[in-house]
Amino acid sequence: MTRYVVKRVLLAIVTVIIISLITFFAMNAIPGGPFNKEKAPSPQVQAVLEARYNLDKPVGEQYILYMNNILHGDWGVSLKTGRDITSTLMTRFGVSSQLGLQAAAVAVVLGLVLGSIAALNRNKLPDRLIIFFTTLFTGVPSFVLATLLLLVFCVQLNIFPVWSAENPNYFLPVVSLSLYPMAYITRLTKTSMLDALSQDYVRTARAKGVPQVKVIFKHALRNALIPVVTYVGPMIAYIITGSMVVESIFTIGGLGTQFVNSINNSDYPLIMATTLFLGILMVSANLITDLVYKLIDPRIELE
Amino acid sequence: MTYAENGMPEKNPLSVQIDLSKFSSADFEPATADEKAQQEVMGESVTFFKDGCRRLMKNKLAVGSIVVLVLLLLSIIIIPFFVPYSYEDIITVDGRRDKTATNLAPFEWSQREQQYMEETGEKLFPHVMGTDSLGRDYFIRVIYGTRVSLAVGLVASIMVLIIGLIYGSISGWCGGTVDIIMMRIVDIIYSLPDTLMIILLSVVLNETLKPVIEKVPLLQSLGTNMIALFLVFGLLYWVGMARLVRGQILTIKQNEYVLAARTIGTPSGRILRKHILPNCLSVIIISVALQIPSAIFTESYLSFLGIGVKVPMPSLGSLANEARAGINSYPMKLVFPSLIICLIVLAFNLLGDGLRDAFDPKLKR
Repeated sequence: MTRYVVKRVLLAIVTVIIISLITFFAMNAIPGGPFNKEKAPSPQVQAVLEARYNLDKPVGEQYILYMNNILHGDWGVSLKTGRDITSTLMTRFGVSSQLGLQAAAVAVVLGLVLGSIAALNRNKLPDRLIIFFTTLFTGVPSFVLATLLLLVFCVQLNIFPVWSAENPNYFLPVVSLSLYPMAYITRLTKTSMLDALSQDYVRTARAKGVPQVKVIFKHALRNALIPVVTYVGPMIAYIITGSMVVESIFTIGGLGTQFVNSINNSDYPLIMATTLFLGILMVSANLITDLVYKLIDPRIELE
Repeated sequence: MTYAENGMPEKNPLSVQIDLSKFSSADFEPATADEKAQQEVMGESVTFFKDGCRRLMKNKLAVGSIVVLVLLLLSIIIIPFFVPYSYEDIITVDGRRDKTATNLAPFEWSQREQQYMEETGEKLFPHVMGTDSLGRDYFIRVIYGTRVSLAVGLVASIMVLIIGLIYGSISGWCGGTVDIIMMRIVDIIYSLPDTLMIILLSVVLNETLKPVIEKVPLLQSLGTNMIALFLVFGLLYWVGMARLVRGQILTIKQNEYVLAARTIGTPSGRILRKHILPNCLSVIIISVALQIPSAIFTESYLSFLGIGVKVPMPSLGSLANEARAGINSYPMKLVFPSLIICLIVLAFNLLGDGLRDAFDPKLKR
């Protein structure tokens, strides 16, 4: 087990380093620097600015300097706004994580319930309805759904206010963000639940007179959860980055919008910080999932 | 053996066999072709492929999706020949730009067009889905958008297929150190956050490739963004396919027929092509069918964020994005491209599920 953990952690670290390398060299390959605006500063001013942010050094040296700062906890300042990136990241992440975690909770709870209902009523009306709608939801892109929800509920019916930082209402963004993963979890739960229900231990439990509720919750559902757990970890990561589209539609200032904006502005430190932050988040989500997976299912052999 | 006078073998007194000497050769006559045919109990031998097709055809949803996809494909090929408008030009009446033809409702003509039709008595082609805010026919734009989206999906999946197939077969076939190194590379690419990398790389490639592409006319007609998109898909998404192919090859490699082929000295390349790849074909086909909708989804996201295909070339995602500006007044402009995206993605998903049910040997009951 220890060997496996060490191996996975090392792989995760290598991945983060590679993400940082790709991002750093890729963003430096975009023509036009952060100080190329319509109203160009004089060459002297530009030279001073570039020296101030180490942009006059070779790219390799810039990378080493940057990583050194990061390891000392200094994420730098944004070249556009001049603000400290750590505080910007934290505010933005607060918004994104609130949205993402709510959506993830909705997706997991509803997905598990609907999937179990579908499995227990196999080939009856509830099953067919649930499978019909979840199949439909997997075909609708979240931007279509989000725009339609915004149009119908915010603009035409005026039930929900449009999102603003003072008056945050997460209902519609959460719905549009959670529908796809919910549909996926429902289908996943249904298959694994059907599989668990046909196992010998469930028949044994029924034969010795264990009540139905206990069979479902103690014997079937607990074992059906294993594949769902492997999906949920990466899903949370997906929801936080996949929210770029939803964030831009509902004009929520989260990490996703910040990432797209920083690329368009060639704001180097901000691009690096956002990618690295999201990258670390996703890699650790994957890592934790892998480790938890091995812990909850002792049948899986470690390499 | 002794024979009776009529030429038939004589029966041993202790034998329980029929006494053939009681019959003459005239009693036996050869069976006619008809009678022979009656004896054939065996049906025509069913190959794996035929069996799978039969099961696929029984799946109503899968057949329905095939019909939908074929209809879509035919319409995006044929319709541009009939509609006299182009996706990038503003509508012209009598050789002059028609500035009144913006944001028309479906099947509506602009004032200038109506005037022209009354004067000449000639009937102009209707704007089936109206026009957009710049006065371009929306129907033809949606058709071209569908073309772009489908092309992106298909080309990206084929690229993923080719790269993944070659990489996976080499890794699975060689095994040992080569396999370990190649799979570590796959592991790392697999754990990269794909959404972030796609957005970053498509912006970067888009900018850096521009000078190269502008020199080659063929590539230029495709557009830089499109090529950047293909490259990004090719760079990032092949890893799933490579893993799948490698896993398949590792299991198939253990079979006796591969050992037999090796013993008689068949070269590795031939064993791969003749014995191993055909056996993992079904799994590969299923995964390609499910890859197409995910590529279309990703392209529409990117176009929606404004990093997809280049204007004036439409894609379903960028059309939906443009429609957002006038969503209050012209909601239909969002509905048309969105409906087609949903239709394509659903059809491919259902077809992929159907293919898996029909062709995956593990699911066979």
